Amino acid sequence: MRLSAYISGLGVLGPGLSNWPEAAAVLSGRRTYRSAPTVLPAPTMLAAAERRRIGRVVKLALAVALEATSQAGEDPAELASVFSSSGGDGHNCHELCQALSLAGREVSPTRFANSVHNAAAGYWSIGTGAMAGSNVLCAFDASFSAGLLEAMTQVAVDQLPVLLVAYDSEYPQPLHAKRPIPDAFGVAVVLTPVRRESSLAKLDAALSILEFDRFADPDLDAVRSAFPAARSLPLLRLLAGTAGGTAVLEYLDVSSVEVQVEPCA
Amino acid sequence: MRALLVDKFTATSCLGNGLTATLESLINQRSGLKSCKFETVDIKTHIGEVNGVDAIRLPDNLRNFDCRNNRLAELALQQDEFFDAVQQAAERWGPRRVGVFLGTSTAGILQTELAYRERDPVTGALPSGFDYGSTHNSFSVTDYVRRRCRLEGPAVAVSCACASSAKVFGSARRMLEAGLIDAAVVGGVDSLCLTTLYGFNSLQLSSPTPCRPFDVARDGISIGEAAAFALLERIPDGLDGDAVLLLGIGESSDAYHMSAPHPEGLGARRAMLAALATAALEPAHIDYINLHGTGTPSNDRAESQAVTSVFGPTTPCSSTKGATGHTLGAAGALEAVISVLAIKHGLMPGGVHTSKIDPTLTAHYIRDNRRAPVMRVLSNSFGFGGANCSLIFGRAG
Repeated sequence: MRLSAYISGLGVLGPGLSNWPEAAAVLSGRRTYRSAPTVLPAPTMLAAAERRRIGRVVKLALAVALEATSQAGEDPAELASVFSSSGGDGHNCHELCQALSLAGREVSPTRFANSVHNAAAGYWSIGTGAMAGSNVLCAFDASFSAGLLEAMTQVAVDQLPVLLVAYDSEYPQPLHAKRPIPDAFGVAVVLTPVRRESSLAKLDAALSILEFDRFADPDLDAVRSAFPAARSLPLLRLLAGTAGGTAVLEYLDVSSVEVQVEPCA
Repeated sequence: MRALLVDKFTATSCLGNGLTATLESLINQRSGLKSCKFETVDIKTHIGEVNGVDAIRLPDNLRNFDCRNNRLAELALQQDEFFDAVQQAAERWGPRRVGVFLGTSTAGILQTELAYRERDPVTGALPSGFDYGSTHNSFSVTDYVRRRCRLEGPAVAVSCACASSAKVFGSARRMLEAGLIDAAVVGGVDSLCLTTLYGFNSLQLSSPTPCRPFDVARDGISIGEAAAFALLERIPDGLDGDAVLLLGIGESSDAYHMSAPHPEGLGARRAMLAALATAALEPAHIDYINLHGTGTPSNDRAESQAVTSVFGPTTPCSSTKGATGHTLGAAGALEAVISVLAIKHGLMPGGVHTSKIDPTLTAHYIRDNRRAPVMRVLSNSFGFGGANCSLIFGRAG
């Protein structure tokens, strides 16, 4: 059973990768990859009060979602969305656990409201006015493929255009030692059931038992394996090129996800 | 959407472990809420605690998953022969053709809260035995259940705050309809922890008394814990008329505020209308509404307005949270199971603890049980971040 969708916009932000055109240049071999700390832009879509409240992981998700929807020429308010992250806001989580371990247990109400795994999806809908359904997922290291399967079933079954956002950022110590995500990495794609002017490629996805793809470049493969959302990189590499092909993405211990890419041009 | 068969189901909450105890509590309008004595919590509030969670031991090969949330999952899996039904589904379809879709809001974060008290005084490190991935992470409960049941199909945790385990029905439905799987274990598991008890308290959203949904003096929620599961399959040939089907699902976002509902319930209204549309039903086809009904002044006001705008003022509705507490990420699945029980047993459960219904709320809130044929039920679940989901269940014949 295969799931089909057209991809019409991408957003990428990660260490040494500040947007999709830059990531595409690196992934297609036109530029050498050089790691540098991820720089997160301030989300202008939010009111000042909300902007002050959000953490790095929300900034990350909003930035890639905005890049993907702008590139696709889509009105974000009209899109259903799938947000998938392996861990949410690590700094916020640390602050809450820290507060709860101290006498008095004074928990900040804003921190608590922001502790929900769907915080980024909530701020996205507030910032864009999107009232369509938004599903928020976690599958630990399999979070990207889980999000892709969810988004592609929404496209294939419900015939909806869907925004998929996968994103992960770091925990501070002491949780960092137990979950060593080094920085922030996010990717977003807009998927549609029918081909549009902005469509870049047609995707056909299926569950697989094939071994997932890696990168020969050890620095790029280190990014792929450091961030659950960066398990998308083998797919992004095909989208950065012109030839198309098949990417096998890491998913659960017992399965992978095979994605066939057929460029639209 | 194509309707699905709710083949097997079970629920464990403060109303009791398994369906028999749950139904008996509903029939007797018994609440499971008690004054909070959980762990070291020093808040004046009431909670819905499940009996027997501490005594549960996970199988040896899954010891690294040991935490309150996974113990609660294990306890609930063993009720009503649900575990055996999942095994049979895996044998019938093959383990790769059975998916797992579970909702949770806090998973096993209690484990991390406890670990933070045990930090190394010099280095600040967490104890060596602490395992983030199999306890704290949102996926841990899904991972536990898939390994416990030896399933190899798609698996995911849905974490949309208090709408989480209603939304799992949507994810599973799409995978079934796309043909990626032949059966789905759906459900929700959320357990008591300090984050939610102190967090809701900090927002002044928890009540010092047992929660009183739709009461004129309602003043907040009572937090509960629960695990509820259902096995979904496509409708087989020769379906029994007594079978219960999942008929519709509607999802929406408020696009309004992180921790407050849209004041007129616009997102809630949109979710209910979408559920009716996917089921191809009119509002008049719904016999009973199981409300989100948390007992906060703002939720109940917004939800009442939304319900009345879709259904008018006569469709009987109630919240079962006065009995179960608000089980957060498990509420959608728990109330889905209560909705299925309502259909199977012709029981519209009256809302307990509510003594004087707020006269400004126009929805037709029932306080006493009604025994009458129930063909179709709509169940609402709404969460922080403005996540909304409405489910419709109905009798097959």
